[in-house]
Amino acid sequence: MEKRVVFRSSWLPYLLVAPQIAITVVFFFWPAFQAVFYSFFLQDAFGTQSQFVGLANFAELFRSESYLNSIRVTAVFSTLVTVMGLAVALALAVAADGILRGALAYKTLLIWPYAVASAVAGVLFAFLFAPSVGIISYVLRGMGVDWNWVLRGEQAMLLVVIATVWKQISYNFLFFLAGLQAIPRSLIEAAAIDGAGPVRRFWTIVFPLLSPTTFFLLVVNIVHAFFDTFGVIDATTQGGPAGATQILVYKVYYDGVKAADLGGSSAQSVVLMAIVIALTVVQFRYIERRVQY
Amino acid sequence: MIRKALLASLVTVAFAGAAQAQTEIALWHSMTGALGDKLNEYATRFNQSQNAYKVVPVYKGSYPESMTAAIAAFRAGNAPHILQVFEVGTATMMAAKGAVVPVYKLMKDADEPFNPKAYMPAVAGYYTDYKGNMLSFPFNSSTPVFYVNKDAYKKAGLDPEKAPKTWKEFTAAAEKLKAAGQACVYTTGWPSWVHIENFSAWHNLPIGTKENGIAGMDTQFTVNSPEHVRHITMLADYAKRGLFTYGGRRNEAEAKFFSGECAMLTSSSAAQANIKRNAKFPFSVNFLPYHDDIKGAPQNSIIGGASFWVMSGKTNNSYKGVAKFLGFLSSPELQAEWHTSTGYVPITIAAAERVGKTDFYQKNPGTDVSVRQLTNKAPTANSKGLRFGNFVQGREIIEEEIEAVLAGKKQAKPALDDAVRRGNEILRKFEAANK
Amino acid sequence: MVENRPVLRFIHHLTLIAGVVAVAFPLYVTFIASTHSLESILSVPMPLLPGDQLWANYSQVLTAGSTRGAQAPVGAMMWNSLVMALAIALGKIAISLISAFAIIYFRFPLRNFFFWMIFVTLMLPVEVRIIPTFKVVSDLGMLDSYVGLTLPLIASATATFLFRQFFMTIPDELVEAARIDGAGPLRFFWDVVVPLSKTSMAALFVIQFIYGWNQYLWPLLITTDEKMYTVVIGIKRMIVGGDALTEWNLVMATAMLALIPPALVVILMQKWFVKGLVETEK
Repeated sequence: MEKRVVFRSSWLPYLLVAPQIAITVVFFFWPAFQAVFYSFFLQDAFGTQSQFVGLANFAELFRSESYLNSIRVTAVFSTLVTVMGLAVALALAVAADGILRGALAYKTLLIWPYAVASAVAGVLFAFLFAPSVGIISYVLRGMGVDWNWVLRGEQAMLLVVIATVWKQISYNFLFFLAGLQAIPRSLIEAAAIDGAGPVRRFWTIVFPLLSPTTFFLLVVNIVHAFFDTFGVIDATTQGGPAGATQILVYKVYYDGVKAADLGGSSAQSVVLMAIVIALTVVQFRYIERRVQY
Repeated sequence: MIRKALLASLVTVAFAGAAQAQTEIALWHSMTGALGDKLNEYATRFNQSQNAYKVVPVYKGSYPESMTAAIAAFRAGNAPHILQVFEVGTATMMAAKGAVVPVYKLMKDADEPFNPKAYMPAVAGYYTDYKGNMLSFPFNSSTPVFYVNKDAYKKAGLDPEKAPKTWKEFTAAAEKLKAAGQACVYTTGWPSWVHIENFSAWHNLPIGTKENGIAGMDTQFTVNSPEHVRHITMLADYAKRGLFTYGGRRNEAEAKFFSGECAMLTSSSAAQANIKRNAKFPFSVNFLPYHDDIKGAPQNSIIGGASFWVMSGKTNNSYKGVAKFLGFLSSPELQAEWHTSTGYVPITIAAAERVGKTDFYQKNPGTDVSVRQLTNKAPTANSKGLRFGNFVQGREIIEEEIEAVLAGKKQAKPALDDAVRRGNEILRKFEAANK
Repeated sequence: MVENRPVLRFIHHLTLIAGVVAVAFPLYVTFIASTHSLESILSVPMPLLPGDQLWANYSQVLTAGSTRGAQAPVGAMMWNSLVMALAIALGKIAISLISAFAIIYFRFPLRNFFFWMIFVTLMLPVEVRIIPTFKVVSDLGMLDSYVGLTLPLIASATATFLFRQFFMTIPDELVEAARIDGAGPLRFFWDVVVPLSKTSMAALFVIQFIYGWNQYLWPLLITTDEKMYTVVIGIKRMIVGGDALTEWNLVMATAMLALIPPALVVILMQKWFVKGLVETEK
């Protein structure tokens, strides 16, 4: 993809990219390089003593139960967020696609949670589900549920998943709706003439045709669950109880900031970078393909 | 006498005018609300008492946050003069040899009168090294106590004036409360601090080898002893029978108590003011219950809270000011005032005696419990405090394991074994990083 | 329409109404909580109809903050959030626009190298390099400053891609015409590229404004001075652990104040918002 006609200047293009490149180098590459560097060292909190330990930080990481637990938790969390978020949004998008009047009003009423910060969403749900004063906790207790996410890991997980899904629905909904509206009506009408009911039409025609959108959203949601959910966790469970909601990103922060373990935290950063690179490659290959269509 | 001196110096300041150049002393702290106001007031009073130094207190977020900020500032070369550090950060600060100036040395260099014996042993022990040198200046110290809702006791047919002394009595009372329809019988704040750290000191059991880590960094946790296992098993049993409701790792449980939801609470003595303000029922403050079949119990409890650390790399002149300020803070009248207005324990023996001579304790029943419990007996190697590296993480591990037991996922014995094993890994890493 | 099925349509409406209610419920409870005194919220179950403390709560937080947690006025925090959101949105648009322009309209030796450098930033979200980035900002003396809050977040691979894609669709004839007229690259940029990019800029602005307003981890790390808190951080600071009890009524009032501006931007600029989302794909 090249322009045939271009301008010529020996200095102007450098000047134009300079701000972006400067910020990239100072705030992205240099810190990333330092993360790699520190991951080979063991330091005290104040950095007065430092010693090279080779790969010991990494070895320790993959021996550490809490890190392995964190990997498990992240896998469960991102799977739940992705599956629930996509399922609910798809149902809503199909419904919005199937009505004649009022679609815009519904759309407006469904998309605003996108504007809510993760941390604020976390606070809202922490309040709704607060063990003693929360209104939903009150209803749950009335139904005989022993609701106390401060102690019960699976309840804490449910809480952060619901808060994240709530925020993510609007995004998925918009993409599914756009995907649905791009499906040619003629295909669906043809199936209807063949006598296929709405449910069968959905599974045999609509859903397969929607698969590019679904795949795209799958990747985006996984990335989101991995990296953009720090606020939800920090505002609600802070990784607890017993590490039940300690996702990888939260652990990097906790070990680095609260426990002042620079080496261990840097090693975790390096692992996370590897994960992002893998996810980005998947995502980018897919985007490039879409672009070429 | 001192008030006169203060007044005199105030007058001098007024006459001297603001011409003198003052040396500023930065103090980073984590005191919110009324506590923060009080600290600001002390700084103002100190600043007015002389004109060479000006203490500037800055609120820097919660304890871990202000510590992080200070670490970053130290690395960037602009740390504050004084940093308030919570008790679990003590070992980290102590190991950072080049980063701090020990308080005893600071006072000696500045020729400020300083007698470590004047401080309450249960408080000073926490911040004193093995050679008996005080390294940081204790400021706000509290200890866990046992709160009882008297109305709930009355309703359950229990004597509201007789709180259980032992865990046996506690169990009987809890069962009666439950039978009387009390939805939440008992809850606790700070689970590790109350049920592991203070449980150990109160029963004269070690938390770790090497005198709870005070005698050396090559310490190991010992919180999986049969006594510890028995205690945690008892809590798990309470939880299963609906006698104990877990409230969280910090002080969330306090709200459950003063709202009337839970009838009994173990939490910080510093919660007292807050409970008094919010509870709509009479309550009593008592010693922590103990197991009467463990020899030596009850011993004495240990403290929590924070102390002031002096950071290195500042001018000698400013250190003189820091020393003067710390001396000012430890005066008996100021300490007595701090104790009576906040619920934190007085840090000097003189201050405790001063309050004891007034009718404060008669007028405010329960406020003396923390001091009496801390000084119940002369501290032993097991009860003078603790010092574990990276105890922020260590405590977290203990809490995780306790939560697993309470949730019914693990038995107490394997959980505490795991806590010891995982905790020791952290201690070894700390030891390696701080050779 | 394929067929007219009232039952099916009824189910669709029902699904949507259920969705709207489920999505709105937390917001409703938040609003209700922000109109009551702390006491009535703490009486379980809390009321579900508005109370009479709306004015008291909002004026309290806007001018003074909470009484037990952070005592910084939320009004000032909202200003910080606005500065941060605007600086990030406009900054990202500006530097991405010019770097995309350079990459598309010039051939220079390091072009591909620069393009890949920008691309790679996608793989380094702030969450994975928190500690070292914090250190860099601290070494540069940018803690507790607007520059520290915004500058490190201004680089944007997605925005650069968006403009790059868009520039590819600008017909080459326009460049040729400009060159025949003797216009240099900067004239062309101002007279042709900027006006044509307005739609993309508007769409990007909406997305990046929300991104900037909602930042959490970064301001949490680098602001320790109450004067520099953003609203989102302010909420967190009001939920106190120490020796006091969270004032949920004030927290909820602040939450409302924190979410209204970006929600308004989304709703009022819905067209740009949808376009921005679909085009940046993230």
